[in-house]
Amino acid sequence: MTINDVQEILNATVVTQTPYENNEVLSGFVGDLLSVVMGKAKEQCAWITIQGHINIIAVGTLINVGCIIVTESFKVDDDAVKKANEEDIVIMTTQFSSYEVAALLSKSGLE
Amino acid sequence: MNLHFDVEGGEFISAGVASSKVKKVLKQLAIQPEIIRKISVAMYEAEINMVIHAHGGVIDAEIMPDYVHVILKDEGPGIENIELAMKAGYSTASRLAREMGFGAGMGLANMKRYADILQIESEPGKGTTVEITVKLYPEQS
Repeated sequence: MTINDVQEILNATVVTQTPYENNEVLSGFVGDLLSVVMGKAKEQCAWITIQGHINIIAVGTLINVGCIIVTESFKVDDDAVKKANEEDIVIMTTQFSSYEVAALLSKSGLE
Repeated sequence: MNLHFDVEGGEFISAGVASSKVKKVLKQLAIQPEIIRKISVAMYEAEINMVIHAHGGVIDAEIMPDYVHVILKDEGPGIENIELAMKAGYSTASRLAREMGFGAGMGLANMKRYADILQIESEPGKGTTVEITVKLYPEQS
């Protein structure tokens, strides 16, 4: 599934300028505790979280995240967006809950 | 190659600078992604601990042909019971740190999981030194 597909399925708002169109996500991971995400999320996953602060970029970079989906309309901090643009990370936001995002992506075929 | 970093305490915002720098250097050296992840996650956890618990400290990373050795030294409160601190889920992090998604009690567990050698020396009231060693080509040794 491409990041573009993810954005369309969720009707999400991409808040970064990082180019992404045909970049793939290979799996999904839901987590708000950063250590759990670092320990368990796979490379190129779609990481679903309510955290919107700058440290998600460090975690995203360390795990080579595919994209970060911030749920429940939580705001992504400006410094996080800036850092994401520098580090080539894609962040999108959605009003859906983490559960709903996982369900929607799963239904569309993401493992 | 030796890299030195000064880490400020309480600065959640700059936490991760040292580990992402080391990560970038290893990427340039074309080290396998899984190995890079091991080093950078273990190091980031240790770096975050310095920020959350110890008012910062210093990090020295030594990148050698076949291993990376990172020493993280702080003069924070120290760890009273290392065995207990190693237990997954045990945490003494502040409410703020927890709200930000830190303090899950997985930091030391992740370090242990990803480091090939992990050494922790700590004296309550004096500080903590964490040493992380990761082999760059584990299949050869």
